[in-house]
Amino acid sequence: MVSITFLLIVGIAALGFLWAWTGARKQETNARGALAARPGYHGAYVALWTGLPSALLVLSWIALQGSVIDRLILSTIDAINVATLSAGERNLVLSQIRSIAAGNLFGQPEPWLLAAGERYGRWQTLAGQALLATGFAAALGLLVFARTRLSPRFRARHAVEHVISGLILASAAAAILTTGGILLSLVFESWAFFRLVPLGEFLFGLNWEPQIAIRADQVAGEGAFGAAPVFAGTLLIAVIAMAVAAPIGLMSAIYLVEYANPHVRAVVKPVLELLAGIPTVVYGFFAILVVAPFMREIGGAVGLDVSPNSALAAGAVMGIMILPFISSISDDALAAVPQSMRDGSLAMGATKAETITRVLLPAALPGIVGGLLLAVSRAIGETMIVVMAAGLIANLTANPLEGVTTVTVQIVTLLIGDTSFDNPKTLAAFALGLVLFVATLSLNVLALRIVRKYREKYE
Amino acid sequence: MSDLTRQGLNPLTESEPIDWSGRQAVRNRRRRRRADVRLRVYGVAAIAIAFGVLAILLVSLMSTALPAFTQTHIQVPVDLTGEEYAIDADDPGRANYRAMVRNGLMDLFPDVTGRTDQRALFDMISAGAHFEVRQRVLDDLSLIGRTVTMALPASDPLDQLHKGLVETGLPESERRVNDQQIALHDSLVDRGLISRPFNWRLFFAADSRFPELAGLRGAIVGSFWALLICFLLSFPIGVAAAVYLEEFAPKNRFTDLIEVNISNLAAVPSVVFGLLGLAVFLNLFGLPRSAPLVGGMVLALMTLPTMIIVTRAALKAVPPSIREAALGVGASKHQVVLHHVLPLARPGILTGTIIGLAQALGETAPLLLIGMNAFITADPGGLLDPATALPTQIFIWADSPERGFVARTSAAIMVLIGFLVVMNLIAVILRQRYQRKW
Repeated sequence: MVSITFLLIVGIAALGFLWAWTGARKQETNARGALAARPGYHGAYVALWTGLPSALLVLSWIALQGSVIDRLILSTIDAINVATLSAGERNLVLSQIRSIAAGNLFGQPEPWLLAAGERYGRWQTLAGQALLATGFAAALGLLVFARTRLSPRFRARHAVEHVISGLILASAAAAILTTGGILLSLVFESWAFFRLVPLGEFLFGLNWEPQIAIRADQVAGEGAFGAAPVFAGTLLIAVIAMAVAAPIGLMSAIYLVEYANPHVRAVVKPVLELLAGIPTVVYGFFAILVVAPFMREIGGAVGLDVSPNSALAAGAVMGIMILPFISSISDDALAAVPQSMRDGSLAMGATKAETITRVLLPAALPGIVGGLLLAVSRAIGETMIVVMAAGLIANLTANPLEGVTTVTVQIVTLLIGDTSFDNPKTLAAFALGLVLFVATLSLNVLALRIVRKYREKYE
Repeated sequence: MSDLTRQGLNPLTESEPIDWSGRQAVRNRRRRRRADVRLRVYGVAAIAIAFGVLAILLVSLMSTALPAFTQTHIQVPVDLTGEEYAIDADDPGRANYRAMVRNGLMDLFPDVTGRTDQRALFDMISAGAHFEVRQRVLDDLSLIGRTVTMALPASDPLDQLHKGLVETGLPESERRVNDQQIALHDSLVDRGLISRPFNWRLFFAADSRFPELAGLRGAIVGSFWALLICFLLSFPIGVAAAVYLEEFAPKNRFTDLIEVNISNLAAVPSVVFGLLGLAVFLNLFGLPRSAPLVGGMVLALMTLPTMIIVTRAALKAVPPSIREAALGVGASKHQVVLHHVLPLARPGILTGTIIGLAQALGETAPLLLIGMNAFITADPGGLLDPATALPTQIFIWADSPERGFVARTSAAIMVLIGFLVVMNLIAVILRQRYQRKW
């Protein structure tokens, strides 16, 4: 029904375009004075006025329809007292009603459920038909309205350009909307979480055991939400990743900018960038397929006990992933150092290595540091490698051979499977997400600030 | 400089000429040259490590993927003659196909008797083989009443054995095929009843719990729908936003805010977008879980910053003279952008779009959070049906304990990387073909 409605609106808008366009052309050929705008703009004016508001109307209808029908359905149930149900139980009842309406019967539902399901289905068809009728009426009405405003003197182009200006401004504002959505959803759900678990315990508690009983009769822990070991694990893996990526990335950038001839550079750079284009889920699989067993074997050979989900394996693979990122940022920073500084140093008799280590690196340092910070932020926010290769159990350790868990791992594992929004287990993921968002954001802002400051030096 | 001064070689203060060929100077030069060579070696070593890891990654994935591209089949005579299995031409879907397959196997090995021996025999064929027989009968009803020899997929352990992946030297309890099954397998090979054709199921079957039957079609279709939604949302919005910022935006606090926001969004971890999708699209708007529509919307939000950034770069590359010329002959600002700047920036925008979509195709974490990692054995028919996508399918398979899934995961990765390579190639070709110097 929804797609039919949209097709109908598009069709009416197209008709409106044709109608206004041919009308304007007729007036043009009758030559009772030139039109104030080209016929195409007349058409576009009517089409925009017809299509946009009705499409917006339909969209907002769809967004609201579900919750309105849910509320109405619940208010018609007499068999049980809906007002006393908790949010979770209410959702359960609703999903039962929905599945009955969709024709899936499990077992023998109670008669009031059956009746509600039947009513739900009926209302949904009714709502669909009402939507279609409303969309049709709105589009037609708008079409007629827009058409009557047209006249030879009407400046249709100005009107159309006004609408388009508004549209592109709205598109640009979508970025703000997204950020706002992220912040609001994270803060809102975290707020609910911090009402159940105090902020201090979350940030500094040393015990992370988010397994809690979802049903009353289930055997499970009480649930402890001290996230310090999770943060420590994230840091440990990020440090390992940086220890792998920073030297390799920096060295390869130095070589590419200062030593390599253009042919070598033309081959090596794109291949390095290939590493950045590989999906992270592939790196994750690579970590469990090749790197972790390899490290276990090496560890076994020298008598070390390496956990199958060692922080080392996950961190090393993550280092490989962020390597091209570091190398390309260092590359830019080194290339941005003015040639005169190189020439000056070489003219004094310094070797290339001396020029690089004593002149270029100090000059490029802010840019490189900024790049490293961005890389750290990536390592902290990276998900799939650690979800697949790091452990699940929070472990407060600095030993890279043991398994640790990270913020992103916990977010994913807490939210995979059925989720309801009224237990601390689910909400904890949002609190972790908030921490992650704030941490990566501040790292990025810091990095960008450092990079920007440095750029001003040479411009 | 400091080194030179320390060694008393500063020409400004020493009147004595420097002995450049003296032992001290030669040693000094050598040391400095060695340092230079060392730095160069470090650079080469760093690049060699990166290349080496890339090579290991690709080679190991390719070699593990290789077995998944073929599938072992056993030729089983299937007796479709009727009474015994209640096969009926009017309702052919309901016969006891499982018994047919089992009896066919027993016909191949009449001397296998006893329950455990027979179970070992039955374990050689895929647990889903009888569905295959059923499907073939449904496709061709004329088969009923005959005994047809069908090539049916072998089970995962036998498949591994036939591909030589089972170490037969291990004690019997440590491998998944027993000695009897090895003997049966050898007998099949001797009689020429075993074949290993190309595994078309990998591409054209939907997911299954049995690795020998699992395929990627559902994931490919799901990825297609999600990417389509991602494109339909992020492309127009991204281009429009870039046009606004590059061509129309006044310099004020609001546009500053937008710019800062876009660069921040580009750096937000992908899992946070998953949280946003979960809280807003699923919880607030009540859209269904696992739906490609929601997946596409989340991916679109993620791709939007990339889209805006590349489009702005493409718009910036169009020289101002074009705009001034158009304005000079009386075009409005909108006409300048719509009729002149955008068409000229199109190649850049398109290559950027393809690269952005390629990134979205490989993205996994946000899809996990909105549930696009469901186990689904039919491909999604629409935007609201539960679905998986290629990367989440890889994640599910990587988690599966059956050994056959290791090869299939690698094969799925090959397919994903194949799509990415094709997309990037298209972007490169577009760029080369339409690139122009102003």
